[in-house]
Amino acid sequence: MTVEGMTGDEAVAHAAKQSNVDIVAAYPITPQTIIVERFSKYVADGEVHTGYVCVESEHSALSACVGASLTGARVFTASSSQGLALMHEMLYIASGLRCPIVMGVANRALSAPINIHGDHSDMMGSRDSGWVQIYVENAQEAYDWTIQAFKIAEDKDVQLPVSVNLDGFIITHCMEGVDVLEDEAVNKFLQTRKPIFKLDPKNPITVGALCFTDYYYEFKRQQVEAMCHVQGVLEKVCKGYKGVSGRNYGVLETYGMEDAQAAVVCLGSTAGTAREVARKLRAKGKKVGVVKLWLYRPFPAEEITAALGHVKALAVLDRAISFGASYGALCSDVISALHTLKEKPHIFNAVYGLGGRDIQPSDIEFVFNEALETAKTGIVKEPTMFLGVRE
Amino acid sequence: MTSNEKGGWKTLPMGAVVLEPGSSLKYKTGDWRAFKPLVEKEKCVNCLLCWIYCPDSAIIRTEKWVEVNYDYCKGCGICAHECPKEAIKMVEEQK
Repeated sequence: MTVEGMTGDEAVAHAAKQSNVDIVAAYPITPQTIIVERFSKYVADGEVHTGYVCVESEHSALSACVGASLTGARVFTASSSQGLALMHEMLYIASGLRCPIVMGVANRALSAPINIHGDHSDMMGSRDSGWVQIYVENAQEAYDWTIQAFKIAEDKDVQLPVSVNLDGFIITHCMEGVDVLEDEAVNKFLQTRKPIFKLDPKNPITVGALCFTDYYYEFKRQQVEAMCHVQGVLEKVCKGYKGVSGRNYGVLETYGMEDAQAAVVCLGSTAGTAREVARKLRAKGKKVGVVKLWLYRPFPAEEITAALGHVKALAVLDRAISFGASYGALCSDVISALHTLKEKPHIFNAVYGLGGRDIQPSDIEFVFNEALETAKTGIVKEPTMFLGVRE
Repeated sequence: MTSNEKGGWKTLPMGAVVLEPGSSLKYKTGDWRAFKPLVEKEKCVNCLLCWIYCPDSAIIRTEKWVEVNYDYCKGCGICAHECPKEAIKMVEEQK
């Protein structure tokens, strides 16, 4: 293993290169562009055997990926924000046709007003599209999860597309040291894709046939079942990857939760800041903890309950708004995961960081203190607070 | 076809793939029908306009009159509309 300096985007591109991808079809969009730009350089320099399909839009990009994936190829793409929104129709087709495509998503705000910076609005808007969603904290995780994503997606019990989500600019464009595996180690770990069916002129099949009232529902039920398999497969894949890399992943990661009375739940790069703030508060004797989800879809409800069920108060950080809903998407999911508990934590939602607005350690300290206060009083002052917005 | 014959989510091929080529005839679309065409043989003059217009090729030609292939007739009613002798009536299906 060697440590190389690379941005999150470069880490994803490097991982895709080592994953022996057969086809990449992609369209550039900030802050994802570096992923596909770097990959196109690998193709131009003959470093990979990959067929690179230049297309005129993200809708076409994912359409080409679906077609390629159905031939049994290993397929990768990447997008962000408006690009992901333009793919929206094809997201459902990729999952419905059970294409194990891996997509790097550089999370970015959605227009209007136009903004290129990081928040989770793009993928949260696609959370019901049948894609597995993984959120990473840094460039190392972006690298590791991209490799693991292929193994999860292509598992015979899953056969679903997987998105690896990295915060726009904060992860995509920040240079970090990334511990990179040898090509051979990745080859051995992933091996070649073994498709369950494929488009093959010698053995013709029909894909995308019409399914009306008499069939459609059954195929959606199949997708539900595939989603149910994801967690078990992910844990198996992570165990295998630990053997190769020494790095330990799973559905979520906890910090200080053994004795925490108040906790913060979040996704992505914010987890690092939250852990650092929690460490300082714990040094002062405040019992706080952090839960970071790697896996957001399917939502790991049991693990969330096990990790959080015992705390008195809980703040869920959402980097996206679900307009008109009671809470942000992550907070709604956490609440529904915990609703069967007899004694539930008091929960509030903190929306933050929209359009790439920085979340400062002082913001998170404020949230922790609010949660500790709620733990003491049992009163939720504000069900949803908007951190860092000007009044 | 009963719902059991169509198979459940546990037995149907993944992702709605049809594994057998040239198998479209096995999908009997007749059960989409809400109205059923009934041919009155006495009135039919075997002009075959219905046979020409039927979008599902579900009109069967015989020597003296036409019949309907109810396995594939979706009950669109074009045959009844086109029949110059009003020999075809659309009757609501009893489900």
